[in-house]
Amino acid sequence: MPEASPRPPHPVTASITLGLAVGVFGVSFGVLATASGLSIAKTCALSLLVFTGASQFTAVSVHASGGSSASALASALLLAARNGAYGLAMSRRMRGGVPRRLLAAHLTLDESTAMASAQPDDRDAEKAFWITGLAVFVFWNLGTLVGALVGDHIGDPTRYGLDAAFPVGFVALLMPQLRAQPSRVAALGGAAIALVLIPLTPVGVPVLAAGVAALAGLFVPRGAR
Amino acid sequence: MSWLFIGLLVAGAYGFKAFGSVVLIGRMLPAPLDRCLALLPAALLPALIVVGTFSSGRHLTIDARAAGVGVAAIAAWKRVPFPVVIVVGSAVTALVRALA
Repeated sequence: MPEASPRPPHPVTASITLGLAVGVFGVSFGVLATASGLSIAKTCALSLLVFTGASQFTAVSVHASGGSSASALASALLLAARNGAYGLAMSRRMRGGVPRRLLAAHLTLDESTAMASAQPDDRDAEKAFWITGLAVFVFWNLGTLVGALVGDHIGDPTRYGLDAAFPVGFVALLMPQLRAQPSRVAALGGAAIALVLIPLTPVGVPVLAAGVAALAGLFVPRGAR
Repeated sequence: MSWLFIGLLVAGAYGFKAFGSVVLIGRMLPAPLDRCLALLPAALLPALIVVGTFSSGRHLTIDARAAGVGVAAIAAWKRVPFPVVIVVGSAVTALVRALA
């Protein structure tokens, strides 16, 4: 089994690859936000300061479709809540005091946490976290700026299949983590919870609720990882 | 969208991240709880994969993404380098989508 399972990818090449896909979606966000009437300053402020793609897309589209600010905020924050779980997971592998952690918090995302979690060693995990977080930050914000200023010259990212780039990347990053039995149980549980909840709950809840599958850790025999 | 709205969204989004990142600093967790935290990414990543592959809003769907993710999973298992896996997965998705 360990023979066949893949090694974690190199953080620099991997984060630049994911970063490029993120950048294309950044352009889409810039185009969508300005087309819905947002100023360039507000569009860029969202990407610089909220820096959570799914929440930003949701907030802008609820606004554009005439939804209330309260419902836009609720939907966007429901999607952002999982970053809290990522923060918890990362904090046990990071060094440094509160200021450093508060800076790291801004870069706590799907991509940075996924890339870090694929690294078995804590030092490598922390390095992968910072490299990926910074790469995504740079590409997302550059993309947003280009989209807001220049407009739509790249076209719909789905035409290039880039919507699949994220689940694809997460599959590659999950595989090295599936060596141990408890991880496999947690992974199966998380997938099952999400699958069941997709049609039943608001967007954002399925991923958040999947965290419950981590309770598989309570049933691990002593000594096993 | 007002600046007030943007401010609330920023505060909320960063609030989640910051709370999770600092709440456990300097605390020793009981071993079982620590093991659960260690398993959190393994539980959340498959959920992200499922949502990114099989959902469209609140609907379950099987479309071109499933083909792309499926092929990419095999490639990753065969130790194909990460950037190539991403390109293959996206290209298969785009191709199936164009043909469908």
